[in-house]
Amino acid sequence: MTHTTIDRRRLMTGAAALSAGAIAAPSIVRAQAKKLKIAVMLPRSGFFAQAGQSCHRGALASPKVLADLGYNVELVHIDTETNADVARTQAEKAINEGARCIVGAFESGQTLAIAQVCEQRQVPLSINVAAAPNITEQGYKYLVRNFPTGGQLVTNGVKLIDAVTKAKGLDVKTAVFLHANDTFGTAQRGAMDKIFPTLNMPFKLVESISYDPKAQDLSVEVTKLRSINPDLLMIVTRAGDAIKLTRDMVRQKFEPKAIFSPGSPGLYDEEFYQAVGPYADFFFYNLPWANPKSQMTQALEASFKAANPNNRFAVDSFNAGFTFEALLVAADAFKRAGAEDGPTLMKAIRETSIKDHVMTGGPIAFNEKGDNPNIGAVSVQNINRTPTVVFPKDVAVTDPVLPMPSWQGRK
Amino acid sequence: MTFPLFAEVFLKGILTGLVYGLMALGLSVIFGVVRVVNFAHGEFAVLAMYAAFVLFGLYKVDPIIASVPVAFAFFLIGYGLQRTIVQPFVTRPQHEQFILLVGLALVLVNAMLMVFGPESRQVDLPYSLDTWMIGPLMIDKVRVYGALAALVVTAALFAFFRFTLTGTAIRAAADNLVGAAVVGLDVKKLYALSFGVGLACVGAAGSIMTALTDMTPMLAPSYTLLAFTIVIVGGLGSMAGALGGGLLIGAAEAVASAAISPSMKSMVSFGLLVIVLALRPQGLFGKAES
Repeated sequence: MTHTTIDRRRLMTGAAALSAGAIAAPSIVRAQAKKLKIAVMLPRSGFFAQAGQSCHRGALASPKVLADLGYNVELVHIDTETNADVARTQAEKAINEGARCIVGAFESGQTLAIAQVCEQRQVPLSINVAAAPNITEQGYKYLVRNFPTGGQLVTNGVKLIDAVTKAKGLDVKTAVFLHANDTFGTAQRGAMDKIFPTLNMPFKLVESISYDPKAQDLSVEVTKLRSINPDLLMIVTRAGDAIKLTRDMVRQKFEPKAIFSPGSPGLYDEEFYQAVGPYADFFFYNLPWANPKSQMTQALEASFKAANPNNRFAVDSFNAGFTFEALLVAADAFKRAGAEDGPTLMKAIRETSIKDHVMTGGPIAFNEKGDNPNIGAVSVQNINRTPTVVFPKDVAVTDPVLPMPSWQGRK
Repeated sequence: MTFPLFAEVFLKGILTGLVYGLMALGLSVIFGVVRVVNFAHGEFAVLAMYAAFVLFGLYKVDPIIASVPVAFAFFLIGYGLQRTIVQPFVTRPQHEQFILLVGLALVLVNAMLMVFGPESRQVDLPYSLDTWMIGPLMIDKVRVYGALAALVVTAALFAFFRFTLTGTAIRAAADNLVGAAVVGLDVKKLYALSFGVGLACVGAAGSIMTALTDMTPMLAPSYTLLAFTIVIVGGLGSMAGALGGGLLIGAAEAVASAAISPSMKSMVSFGLLVIVLALRPQGLFGKAES
């Protein structure tokens, strides 16, 4: 048995070592904080799997671009399974396992569930896609949203319809609004009913028709449209019902002067292009979109191709672009703050001002609610089965095609 | 609503209703004889859609033509399923039958999800987007072909039950099970044949539906619900009721879509269901139990 005795010399040596450790501690902490661990939470399975996967592809392409810009992040990819309860549990788990920021979650219900956890744990949430206005109206201090609300989508979408049709000299007098009766479609209808009368559009909204997106077909809906015969059709769809709608419009030879979506998915999904082929062309959708003339967009596109060789960036650019920007917001704040603790990081996120970025619109900056008021919508048209920015001119890569060519003779 | 609009949507509803009716017929035949409610009915319908989709992909067989081999294959599946899995449950309590068939439905949906994925699939036929103009009415060719095929299958089924010995024996077993057994009919075999015929109806209907609409595994529960609504409105166990219920639901949903709102069409069919249950619980064509 050996006995260890502490003499004065040993005590002094130990004290010196402890002091050195204490002095060195901040630098160790700083060294640990050189990389921000971000949990990217997306619905990669379940009802929103397709969109979640699209966002995920953007997340996979992001680290290379962020690293080239001098940002250092570590991403942890988490599937929320299109389930708010799973999203909440996984957010807790991710924070326990060291995530210092969360990005997500494509859909408003899951985003709200994560927001509650982030608020309790004082971990910033940078929202990529979620349009429900109430997300930023509950006084949460630990979230920002670089995405328009449903109302903004409709307002910008309808204003752009007027601008594009005027620019092409298209005479539009009547319009019908056709929308899915799911959560998103109904919210868009509410926004349309509220906002359209205030916009003084030169055309009249003669009817709004809601339909069940799970219906076998939309034959009766299109028959009804034919009987109204509007100049313009405004639609809010998802991919499955956009396919059915297009088929029935072709079948019944319903050819309005233009078909616009004032801010909804569906018309730029690969599934839609594959299913209806040439009939997918010439639909418009007015949304924030990846600015094809931005250098950062071009860098993201190159990285996207390398990370996802079987997917087209043009098709994913809405979801991938917003997911990248949500990560950019977190990475940029971390770089400025030099710390990963929640309050410091959140303060830096709130002070964000990023001039050069991917999506159309002004600098990324947040108002007191946590929304970015500078997001700008553009008109995107399907041309040769590819989403193509056509308006306004400063970001357009080609001219819009109006009036919509006949269904007949398309190849 | 103008008359041409009403006439066109009504006609479309009738044409779709014929295919709905054929699908519901299978449910009615199975329940009418075996007294087991097939809670996996919609799942089998979607499975038939995928079978037709595969046949079209491999051999370019028109799904309406494919309804013949698919119906035959589903007859064999139904026969085998009844002899192996369902038969032991025939005399068990209804909740056990329910669990068995719901379990089967879950297995089928998840198997289809694994094999075909969640994306919607469709077949592009040369006439998929063609129409006929009859005065002011525009009628889809594919819908007319589908309805005619459903009508032919239904007529063949009625003829089978009316004019063949096996059909007569099945009807006898449905009317009086004890009597059928007493006169020496092989009831277990008749049960299996009935289950096979029921699934053959679903196979044919699913195959025809492939020409009319897109398919995804998640469609299955809505088809089960639709078939239930139709047979309850028409009369559970009544073949004429299934067909009549299909026509009624098809037409009512179509007219309600045009006259009220497309979103309201499910409300109309369920409204019909509630009214029928309240006023005539045995269904429009069903016999009241003595």
